[in-house]
Amino acid sequence: MKLGVLFSGGKDSSYALFKAMQKDKVVCLISVISESEESYMFHTPIDNVEEQARKIRLPLVKVKTKGEKEKELNDLKKAIKIAVEKYKIEGVVTGAVESVYQASRIQKICNELDIYCFNPLWKMNQVELLKEIVKAGFKVKIVKVAADGLDEKWINRIIDEEVLEKLVELSKKYRFNVAAEGGEYESEVVDFPKFK
Amino acid sequence: MILVIKVNKFELHDGEFVRSITQLLKNFKVVHYKDLKKSDLDKSDKAILCGTALKDNEFIKDVNKFFWLKNYDKPVLGICAGMEIIGKVFDCYLEKVTEIGMIKIKTIKKNILFDKKFEAYSLHNYSVNKSKSIDVIAKSDKCISAIKVKNKEIYGVLFHPEVRNNEIINNFNIH
Repeated sequence: MKLGVLFSGGKDSSYALFKAMQKDKVVCLISVISESEESYMFHTPIDNVEEQARKIRLPLVKVKTKGEKEKELNDLKKAIKIAVEKYKIEGVVTGAVESVYQASRIQKICNELDIYCFNPLWKMNQVELLKEIVKAGFKVKIVKVAADGLDEKWINRIIDEEVLEKLVELSKKYRFNVAAEGGEYESEVVDFPKFK
Repeated sequence: MILVIKVNKFELHDGEFVRSITQLLKNFKVVHYKDLKKSDLDKSDKAILCGTALKDNEFIKDVNKFFWLKNYDKPVLGICAGMEIIGKVFDCYLEKVTEIGMIKIKTIKKNILFDKKFEAYSLHNYSVNKSKSIDVIAKSDKCISAIKVKNKEIYGVLFHPEVRNNEIINNFNIH
């Protein structure tokens, strides 16, 4: 099956891409660039998706959105539609882990477009997920912080096993989501393992 | 041992519809319904029928592969597609009704899995209608949300307790 991966360049969508490539044929990446940092759906900033797509050697479908609640869903639908028409995708892959808000909205769009939706990381234990990502060979850099317990010193750190341990410790102490699904920090994948 | 019966056609859906359930269990074995053997059923103490993706409806034409449910005298929990299968085996028809996202559920018959009103994560394009073989134990505004087969410990929930409401899976486990 030909698949398009919703891609922000962050760790979760990159790892979902990695998993999808092991099982199926990924033919394009789909990115929605939000002009608002307050987006309910989309990861910001994602300035480097084009460069990342080049590294992974996949074409990129890129659509801009103002990032306004619910309206941004039309832009996502538009992006997926372009991928369906241009690359003949029959399914979309997401890096959703815990967010019912995001997952159900993408499910609705896929249902309307009559294509499959795959969420290979859905409900994964978030510490285990981070460990898997590090172990698989991804170099994940923290690019933005927005949680108590994470100061600016964390920006530009690469998440390795040691950093991960510290993150887990702080997430317990300050009660934030260690995988940052609520935007506690934003990450960017600066280096990818070899994709199959 | 809980026999976890996989329904999804594509392996890339395993994490979403199978691992999400098995990570809540201790002693389990996963088998796809197409590879199910009588010995798997004999060795099991209970069974869970997993759900699958909105567009993945291959199981509907394979309902005859689930007729073992009629003679299985141990507890079963069918989730989403799993409930649709139980309905089909026990004389219900499928009816088209879509619910995606958090949905209000109302218990209408006392049961071991849940009570009162609660919200649950739903992801389906079909539900079942009433039949003489089942009791309806919960409803949403739009459709039947949970069933129990009469005179058997076979339950079906149309929503996904592995996403929200993990205690329902726990209640099934300890029952």
